[in-house]
Amino acid sequence: MMKEILSGNEAIARGAFEAGCLVASGYPGTPSTEILENTVQYADIDSSWAPNEKVALEVAIGASFGGARALCTMKHVGVNVAADPLFTLSYTGVNGGLVLIAADDPGMHSSQNEQDSRNYAKAAKIPMLEPADSEECKEFTRLAFEMSEQYDTPVIVRTGTRISHSKSVVEFGERITTLPIPKLVKNAAKLVMLPGNARVRHPLVEARMLKLSEDGVTMPINKIDIRNKKIGIITSGVCYNYLREVLPEASTLKLGMVHPLPYDLISKFADQVDQLYVLEELDPFIEEQVKGMGIAVRGKDLFSLCGELTPGIIHDAFYRTGLFPDLKSPFENAASDTKLPQRPPNMCPGCPHRGVFYALNKLKAYVTGDIGCYTLGFLPPLSAMDTCVCMGASIGMATGVTKVVSDEEKKKVVAVIGDSTFLHTGINGLMDMVYNQSPATVVILDNRITAMTGRQDNPASGFTLMDSPTVAIDFPMLCKSIGVKNIRVVNPFDLDETERVLNEEMNRSETSVIITNKPCVLVKREGVFQKEPPYTVSEEKCTGCRACLKIGCPAIEWRTSKDDVKKGKAHIDALLCTGCDVCRQLCKFEAIGGVN
Amino acid sequence: MSADQITNILLVGVGGQGIVLASEILSETCMLAGFDVKKNEVHGMSQRGGSVVSHVRYGKEVFSPIVPEGEGDILFGFELMETCRALSYLKPQGSVIANDLQIPPPSVLMGKELYPQNLSEIIKSHSADYILVDGQGLAMKAGNVKAANTVLLGAVSKKMNIEEDYWLKAIEKMVPSKAVDVNKSAFLLGRGI
Ligand SMILES: Cc1ncc(C[n+]2csc(CCOP(=O)(O)OP(=O)(O)O)c2C)c(N)n1
Repeated sequence: MMKEILSGNEAIARGAFEAGCLVASGYPGTPSTEILENTVQYADIDSSWAPNEKVALEVAIGASFGGARALCTMKHVGVNVAADPLFTLSYTGVNGGLVLIAADDPGMHSSQNEQDSRNYAKAAKIPMLEPADSEECKEFTRLAFEMSEQYDTPVIVRTGTRISHSKSVVEFGERITTLPIPKLVKNAAKLVMLPGNARVRHPLVEARMLKLSEDGVTMPINKIDIRNKKIGIITSGVCYNYLREVLPEASTLKLGMVHPLPYDLISKFADQVDQLYVLEELDPFIEEQVKGMGIAVRGKDLFSLCGELTPGIIHDAFYRTGLFPDLKSPFENAASDTKLPQRPPNMCPGCPHRGVFYALNKLKAYVTGDIGCYTLGFLPPLSAMDTCVCMGASIGMATGVTKVVSDEEKKKVVAVIGDSTFLHTGINGLMDMVYNQSPATVVILDNRITAMTGRQDNPASGFTLMDSPTVAIDFPMLCKSIGVKNIRVVNPFDLDETERVLNEEMNRSETSVIITNKPCVLVKREGVFQKEPPYTVSEEKCTGCRACLKIGCPAIEWRTSKDDVKKGKAHIDALLCTGCDVCRQLCKFEAIGGVN
Repeated sequence: MSADQITNILLVGVGGQGIVLASEILSETCMLAGFDVKKNEVHGMSQRGGSVVSHVRYGKEVFSPIVPEGEGDILFGFELMETCRALSYLKPQGSVIANDLQIPPPSVLMGKELYPQNLSEIIKSHSADYILVDGQGLAMKAGNVKAANTVLLGAVSKKMNIEEDYWLKAIEKMVPSKAVDVNKSAFLLGRGI
């Protein structure tokens, strides 16, 4: 069979394909996004982006009830959004297998929190598998579909940043072709969760979880390897692979199923080793249950509840116990004395968000923010975002703030939200704002795409994940139908217009919505973004006043003549400049202009 | 210990420089040569012009996808300051192959700080085996500035005990067909340094 180097996400897509999956639905979110971007290559799978994770899961539920195997993907915080259907899906169970991928982000490489998804498996009473590399991503996804049907339950596969984005060798298998053909089958007692029916289902859920825990004892994915009997470590996922290199002699119980735990297997392992440890990132999920069994175990007394674990951190923690004389002393980081300028992420040259934040900063607005590339508007020199909690929160927070502050301060409150985020969970917030008559201003930064997560289409882009043309949401019309009376569309590259319109709407004592109309520079589809010829700075006219540096464009460089940072002139990198014209408007000396 | 037989490589630079493709060619080469290989890099925020670190590890059997600090055999830098930032990953006997390129970070662009001028000295003080490559210049010679990464890859390949053929096969597989020839000659130019 063919072998390829695949990322965890590519391998999950492959696993779904081999499992005969027919429908894949999700919402982008790092580190889960590339799963659906890879199911798309398999014509047999209907892959689609939903506007949010709740809808994505509901689509997968429908497909499962219709008899198909269905995959649903999201990042860890997406599960919060999908939690409502998820908890009751646990009661209905499935028809075709349903697998939910929850991608955690320990260390918060690109997330607003580092919640541990295993708690969802426990709270919703759903089995959860945790692969340790790409090969397991593929195999566990296949297995999850089988288990889903065998135990009549959704199955969650938990990945993390280091699993989803690591690549390793995967061996390909064939796609299953013997699954039943989907069709409508009525089964109200199982699928209509009214109290009477749900009361019947709940005991079945509890029985299922007990059975899974018992069966987990003999599942090949839960595996004891006895090496040195002095040390026994229960672990799962990427930590298992770190451990194999840090303490290759330690005995291990590697859990492929992290919920429910195979209690009898854990007892058996504990009996065979002298000192038992649990190695797990984030919460003491396994440790607390082992302690609950009355077994002595160490875990979070050695490892932090915060951040990701690395081979280095694991090594140092075991070293510090003094119980592992073979471990060499912790690595001394001699190179870290050198202080280097930081390199934070930045909005791209030509990004249409930049001008809006420049204006908001100038107007001293109180900006309730949201999540997307525009969250970078928080960073200097734009420094124009005051809150950021979760997707869609900007609008509700703006309504809330205007309920409590003085009339003068109310005028400063502006919610800023991207197109994808507005469609995700912003619309409900806007309904509330209009319904309950908040005077706040909402800016929808419509760049036609879900940029932050890597340019995914959304219901306003006019194309589907499978690249077919479709209806594009009309934002002004949508806002109008909700009841917004003041709707303005602005060109965010026109700084005067943007500032003037913002100022007018902020001063209005009614809800208003301002929509920007320029596309993301990263959109590849023809006819959406057009690069203009690059601008240049006239050396004679540039006085070195630094006004153009206030927008933080990566294409503009402060060139110092000697070693004095303070004296210099602006220079535009012709390769990076998109000709958006914003810097020209800031130059009082007409030193910046288009070519010729 | 199995970790002893593993070669650890770090590819570092700035988001948008093509580090991911280079690390993909590297991993593919290792697999074709019959090794087990794992690699990791974090996508997401860092791709908006932030620092990028890609880890590649190969050997008989590789468990962890990330290189522990202080264990890197080869530090492959696409940009000078980022090369310097990643020095803590390097073993005392490790090699550094760095592109002679400076990309100013936001604070330098905005005139708040100067781009550090003593980077090569710092790198030298950490590694006796340091090669600075004019990636862009050599790529121009090969026929396309955009092939700078492949020139660098050629220079790195000399530090790895893998036959030339596997490298060329990996390039053929990973690079778009019309760019294969340019990239092959870029690779050989780098390998000849
Ligand atoms: C519940 C949830 N799902 C997904 C994400 C990941 N995520 C962060 S920002 C974003 C979308 C940003 O798109 P948009 O609002 O259009 O702004 P842009 O990045 O294009 O400026 C997504 C999907 C998240 N943080 N939370």
